[in-house]
Amino acid sequence: MNKLNFLKPDKNNLYVYVYTGSALLFISIFDVFLSSFFNINVTSYLPGPVSLLLPLIIGLFGLHLIRIEFSGLKYLDLLNKNINTSNFNGALTLLIIFAIIMATPPSLSWFIFDANIAGDTKEACTGSGACWTYIKVWLRRFMYGMYPNELQWRINVSFILLIALAFVGYFSGEKLKKFLTLYYVIIYPIIAYILIYYLISGGSFGLEWVETGAWGGLSLTFIVSFFCLIFCFPIGMLLALGRRSNLPTIKYFSVGFIEFWRGVPLITVLFMSSVMFPMFLPEDFFMDKLVRVIIAISLFEAAYVAEVIRGGLQALPRGQYDAAKSLGMGYWKMHIFVILPQALKLVIPGIANTFLALVKDTPLIFVVGLMEIAGMLGLAKTNPKWLGFAMEGYVFAAIIFWIICYAMSKYSYNLELKYKTER
Amino acid sequence: MNNKVKKFVPQLITLLAIILVFGFFTYNAQINMDNRGIEFGYGFLKQESSFDVQFSLIEYDGSHSYARAYFVGLLNTLLVSFIGIILSTVIGVIVGIARLSPNFLIKNTAAFYVEFFRNIPLLLQIFFWYFAALRALPLPQDAEAWFGSTYMTIKGYYVPLFVWNNLDVFLYSILAAIISIVIIRSYAKKIQENEGKQLPVLYISLGLLLLLPLLSFVIGGVNLEIKTPVLKQLSATGFIFEPALSLPPELIALVLALSLYTATFIAECVRAGIQGVSKGQKEAAASIGLTPRQVLKLVIMPQALRIIIPPTTNQYLNLTKNSSLAAAIAYPDLVLVFAGTALMQTGRAIEIVSITMLTYLSISLAISALMNWYNKKIAIKEK
Repeated sequence: MNKLNFLKPDKNNLYVYVYTGSALLFISIFDVFLSSFFNINVTSYLPGPVSLLLPLIIGLFGLHLIRIEFSGLKYLDLLNKNINTSNFNGALTLLIIFAIIMATPPSLSWFIFDANIAGDTKEACTGSGACWTYIKVWLRRFMYGMYPNELQWRINVSFILLIALAFVGYFSGEKLKKFLTLYYVIIYPIIAYILIYYLISGGSFGLEWVETGAWGGLSLTFIVSFFCLIFCFPIGMLLALGRRSNLPTIKYFSVGFIEFWRGVPLITVLFMSSVMFPMFLPEDFFMDKLVRVIIAISLFEAAYVAEVIRGGLQALPRGQYDAAKSLGMGYWKMHIFVILPQALKLVIPGIANTFLALVKDTPLIFVVGLMEIAGMLGLAKTNPKWLGFAMEGYVFAAIIFWIICYAMSKYSYNLELKYKTER
Repeated sequence: MNNKVKKFVPQLITLLAIILVFGFFTYNAQINMDNRGIEFGYGFLKQESSFDVQFSLIEYDGSHSYARAYFVGLLNTLLVSFIGIILSTVIGVIVGIARLSPNFLIKNTAAFYVEFFRNIPLLLQIFFWYFAALRALPLPQDAEAWFGSTYMTIKGYYVPLFVWNNLDVFLYSILAAIISIVIIRSYAKKIQENEGKQLPVLYISLGLLLLLPLLSFVIGGVNLEIKTPVLKQLSATGFIFEPALSLPPELIALVLALSLYTATFIAECVRAGIQGVSKGQKEAAASIGLTPRQVLKLVIMPQALRIIIPPTTNQYLNLTKNSSLAAAIAYPDLVLVFAGTALMQTGRAIEIVSITMLTYLSISLAISALMNWYNKKIAIKEK
C-alpha cells in the first residue's frame, strides 16, 4: 500500500481520497442545509467566525481531495472539469451552492408557505409572507386601469381579434403571399386603429364612450407598444435610407433628426410632448394625450431603428447595388426588392433589441399622467386601505414584464436562426 | 438635365416641408404665447428661484437664481451617472468574465443574473428598490452599525464625515504622484525598447502613490479628522445621525437600479469582446513562450478592448440618459429640478424643455465625438 498524503491526492489510493473527500463535502453542505432549513447550528460551541467559516473550510478540503486528474471515473472527471478545476474555482462553487441553500427557505416561505391569497381585505393577510390577496383584489385595475368593469369585455374582444388577425399570414394561400407585406404594413395597422377607436374608445354604435384617461394597466402598455412598434419601423426605415442618400438636404436632415432623438432621454421627450408640444399647435386644435405620447415614442424609437437598419445597409456588399442597377432597377425598386430584404434579415437581432427596449420604456408614460401598470401600482400603493404592499406589487409587475421580454428575446433568437443564410 | 431635375426635386420638396412645418409651429407658438402674455426669452434664469432642493452638491437655497438651480440639477445628474458608471463597470466586467468561466455553476449564475435584470424595465427596478426594498430598512434609532460606524437606515446611509485641513496640499501631492508615475512609465518603456531592461514600474508607482501623500501629512500640514456618526434626538420620535455625511435613499435606489441594470449590458459587451479574440491568437502567444498573464495583458486584452470599448461607451451614455428616471422617485436631478419644479413655477415650457434637451444632447454628442476620436486612434492600421 502506498503512503497516503492528504495534501497531494493522487491516483494510487484513488478510492480513499474520493470517499474521504466526498464525506467532507457532504458534511459541509449538510451543515449549511441544517442551519438554513431547520435553524440548527451544529457547531454553536465554536467561536462565531470559526463556526461560520467551518463548512467552507471542510468543503474546500473535500474538493481538494477529490481533485484527481484522469482518475478514470467518468462522473468524477466530469465534476472536476466543470466545477472543481482549482482551489479558487472550488471556493466559488461552494459559495454559490451555500448561497442557493441559504436563500431557498426565506424566499419559498415568502412566496408560498407564509403567503396569503384568501379573502379580499387587508385583514386577510396575517402571515409574514407575501399578501397575494392584494394582487387578487387589484388585478382588474392592474390589467385594465380605470376602465369600467362591465365594459372590459371590449378590451378583451379587440385584443383577441387583433391577435387572430395577426396570424392571417400563417393560413393564407400561396396566391395571396405576395400581398402579405402590404397587409402587415398598411391594412393591419388601419384595422387595428379602427378596432381600438370604435371598440375600446367607443362613442358610436351604441357603445359607451370611455376617455383615454381611464385606460390603463397592462392593456395600455400593450396598446402603446403595439402602435409604436407599427409606426417606428417604417419611419426608421425611411430615415436609414435618408441617411445613406446622396442628396445633401435629405441626408443632413436625417442625420440631424436621428442624432437629436438619440441624444435625449425619453423622459424629456415625453415632457416635451405633454407641456411643450401643445404650444406649437393652433389654439382650438386638441390632440389626445395618448396620441401625443404614441407619436413621441414612435419618433424616439424610429431613430434607434434607423441606426440599426443603417448597420444592415452598410454590411451589404457593393456588388448587390451594382447588380440591381445593372438590371435597370430604379432607386425604389432596387431597395424594395434587393437591398432591404437582405439588409433587414441581417439586423433582426438589433431590431428585436430595439423593440424590447421600447416595451421596457412604456412604463415611462406615467410622467404624463397615463396610468399603465407601473402607474397603477403607484396608485394602489398609496391607497389608504392597502398601505404597505409595495413589494408584492412590484414583484408581480416584474414577473409579468420579465415573461414578456424574455419571450420576445427568445423569439428573436429563433428568428435569427431561421433566417440565417450563408453567404 | 433629366438627372439634375431628379436630384433637385426631392430635395426641394424636403426643404419646403421642413420650412413649412417649422413656420407653422413658430407661428402657433407666437400666437399662443401672446395669448398667455408670456414673452420668449431666457431672462428668467437670473430671477430668484424661491424653491428648495433637498440634496445639493453646491450651496443652494431659495434665494439663488434659476440658473443656479439648473447647475444643482446638472451636478446631481452627473453625480448619479458617475457613481453608476463606476459600479456598473465593476459588476459588468466581473459578470462578463464569469460568463466565460469553465465552472458550470459560475457560468450559469452569471447568465441568470444577466437574463433576470435585463428583462425587467428599469423604472420598475428603481421603484422596487426605493418603495419596497429600502423602505424595509430600520429607523435610525434601531439601526445597527455596519463596518463599525456607518449606519444604513430608512432615512439614508450615514457615513463618517471627513474633515480635512489643507485639503488642497493633499490633492496636489496626489496629482504630483500621478504625473511622476506617468513620466516614470514612459521612461521605463523607453529603456525597455532601447536596452531591453525592465524596471519594477509597479513597485515604484505604488511607492510614490503612498509616499507623496504621506509626506503631505508630515510636512504639508494636512490633517484629517474623522467624525463618527452619533445618534441624535430631534423630537420624541425623530432621530438622525450627526455629524455624518448622509446619502439620501433616492440616490442609493437610483444608483443600485442603474448599475445593476446597465451592468448586464456591459457584461454582454465584455463577453463578446473576449470571445471576439480568436483562439489562434492565444495559442500563438503561448507558443512563443509568453506566460498566461502576459498572454492576457499583451495579446488578449489589447484586442478585446478594441471590441469592448465602443459599445460600452454607448452603455455609459444610456446610463446617463436613464438617470433622468430619477424624477420618478423625486431625486433632485436635472429633469426634476429644472424641467419639473422650475417649469411649474415659471410656465416657460419652450425655454426650459429646450435647455434640458440641449444639455443631454451636448453630453451625448461630446461623448460620441470622444468615442469616434478614440475609435480612429485604436483602429488597426492596415497597409
